[in-house]
Amino acid sequence: MSGELVYLDHAASTPMRREAIEAMLPFLDQQFANPSGSHRFARAARASLDDARDVVATVVGCDAGDVVFTGGGTEADNTAVMGAVARHGGLAVCSAAEHHAVLHAVEHVGGVVVGADAAGRIDVDQLEQVLARAAAGATAPVALVSVMAVNNEVGSVTDVAAVAAVVRRLAPGALLHTDAVQAPSWVDLRELTPHVDLLSLSGHKFGGPKGIGVLVVRRPDAVAPLLVGGGQERERRSGTQNVAGAVALAEALRCTDLERDAETVRLAGLRDRLVDALRSGVPGLHETVPRAQKVAGSAHVCIPGVENEALLFLLDEAGICASAASACSAGAMEPSHVLAAMGVPVEMARGALRLTLGHSTTAADVDRAAEVIVAAVERIRRFASRSTQASTARP
Amino acid sequence: MKVLCAMSGGVDSSVAAVELLAAGHEVVGVTMRLWGGESDTGCCSIADVDDARRVAQQLGIDHVVFNFTDEFDRHVVDPYVAAHAAGTTPNPCIECNRHLKFDRLLERADLLGFDAVATGHHARVVTVGGHHRVARGADAAKDQSYVVHMLDQAALDRTLFPVGHLTKAEVRTRAAAAGLRTAAKPDSQDVCFITHTGGREAFLGSRIAFRPGTVLDTDGTVVGSVESVEMVTIGQRRGLGLPGGSPKRYVVDVDVERAVVVVGDETTQYDDVVELDQVVWAAEPVEGEVLVQCSAHGEVRAAQLADGRVRFIQAQRRVAPGQSVVFYDPTNTFVLGGAVAARRSTSSAHR
Repeated sequence: MSGELVYLDHAASTPMRREAIEAMLPFLDQQFANPSGSHRFARAARASLDDARDVVATVVGCDAGDVVFTGGGTEADNTAVMGAVARHGGLAVCSAAEHHAVLHAVEHVGGVVVGADAAGRIDVDQLEQVLARAAAGATAPVALVSVMAVNNEVGSVTDVAAVAAVVRRLAPGALLHTDAVQAPSWVDLRELTPHVDLLSLSGHKFGGPKGIGVLVVRRPDAVAPLLVGGGQERERRSGTQNVAGAVALAEALRCTDLERDAETVRLAGLRDRLVDALRSGVPGLHETVPRAQKVAGSAHVCIPGVENEALLFLLDEAGICASAASACSAGAMEPSHVLAAMGVPVEMARGALRLTLGHSTTAADVDRAAEVIVAAVERIRRFASRSTQASTARP
Repeated sequence: MKVLCAMSGGVDSSVAAVELLAAGHEVVGVTMRLWGGESDTGCCSIADVDDARRVAQQLGIDHVVFNFTDEFDRHVVDPYVAAHAAGTTPNPCIECNRHLKFDRLLERADLLGFDAVATGHHARVVTVGGHHRVARGADAAKDQSYVVHMLDQAALDRTLFPVGHLTKAEVRTRAAAAGLRTAAKPDSQDVCFITHTGGREAFLGSRIAFRPGTVLDTDGTVVGSVESVEMVTIGQRRGLGLPGGSPKRYVVDVDVERAVVVVGDETTQYDDVVELDQVVWAAEPVEGEVLVQCSAHGEVRAAQLADGRVRFIQAQRRVAPGQSVVFYDPTNTFVLGGAVAARRSTSSAHR
């Protein structure tokens, strides 16, 4: 490693905000009590949990009673999809570009996966066809449609209100869920929430800790619980609440909400500076989604003639933390299902690079990253042309 | 040197990393993800990658995973299926070494600025007559020079076998001394992409259409039948649909195109000539007296090498077309080259 680390993987996880760390520390230490207890110690923990719930409700734009704390974003997504089908029966529907936490859950309950457009957003025509077929009785009724607010790989923003209009028109009985895990830093949730019945958040994507998430449940009895037991979270998620996590998530969400407008402007500037530098330094570089269609912190590019596995190794060696698609359970890079759903050719997808900016990103970070990436791509391409010559020269 | 050490999660490659560090090299461990499909054997399982990662962490070296599943399919699995479809005997482990462990990994290592690639094979690299050679490992019972025989000078220049000078027992002792979790891990034996439960038949059956075949005696008489001619191997003597009580018969030839299997008695199993295909040389081409090994742990036989064929001093059990044939120097120390046994014309097989 040479010098400081440059962290450009905020879509994977964000550094915790100092305020969130401070907020959670008492609950790891003196205030350890179980919030379901009856003594004063427990009541104090309960009060802090309720305060956290109020903060989340304010930022999300829902009732405090709608907020269910979960063990993370995946649990929130799984509960929405599997819980809706368990409660109501019928089909779950999502696009092929959803996060695996939704996509695999929909597949798990035998749902329908529709296509995505070139920006990784749900193909609304296909969605309409699925909903119309169900309405006509050709298939089981649709229990739930899930549509991500912001794509975790390419950063594209879906017009959830427009999708909601289609769902309400063709499937008035269906629940609409949005995986808003990547949204809080860029999208005012108060404008998103009114359009949906269920909404997922994950603490560590906006400066909170891992292992805590939220499922907003705006219709009573919308979903059956995945976890049963002590009946916590109004019977929607059993298990002793993670008070420290909930308090830290709420504080991180509050800070994120306050800083969002200013941070969006600042980070869009840094993102543009980064991508412009890459465009001028890397011939053939392709911006996967036009900037106007995605969030400010996302810089997803495809670099022809470059294998991202090798590129990421060189970046890592130079202290640049970036990513490509999601890794498999063995830790190997897997071809991106999102890029495949978008119709990006395999050779192009092989050179995919995801750089995601966040609250910790500085101008020095993006300048350093651009310099390292340009040099690494040059090295890889020089090498590739040499070995191509060598192999064609062989008999 | 900066060395990229291929770590499968087994004990040999774990100790290879230990030896490299002891020799003062800068080491990065890499686990290659090769087979993306179902597996209940050998390499590439998540548990093996975990073992490799934990050993690397314990040794304080970086560990990465490279996904070479596409290349593995192309260079190992597809040819494996094609060989069976053509009635020859594939060598998946040798093709994996040739194309993945060395070609592909060496290329990647060069690109990433490494000076050498190391593996846990029981073989050594020695210098003879100014050329690098693959030599047999110190542990005769574990020697793997046969499966890495294809390495040429350019590859050997950048290849290290850090455990080649150790016996397997010494490897385990060193792993235990270093407190490595892999110290007592059993060796992997099988082809990594064939499951124990389904076996070769299930794997091939889902990829090629098996054809029933007629079993003929060497004089052309129909003596039996097989359900799938693609599953028959030279030397096989069971499952040929021969009537009970008939004398022992062995497969002498498999002709998938005509869906014919030829069997003969014990005497037809021996031949003194192997025609060669795809010959590779460690350094310069060699003719004359050599020692020949035709399977991973097979015995060596004295032979004369000339005009693209091996002529054994004494007739040997027939070598199945597709099997690797490796030439060693007359002292049985190092590899001179290797080849693939070619399909012989039926007439010569009947001689």
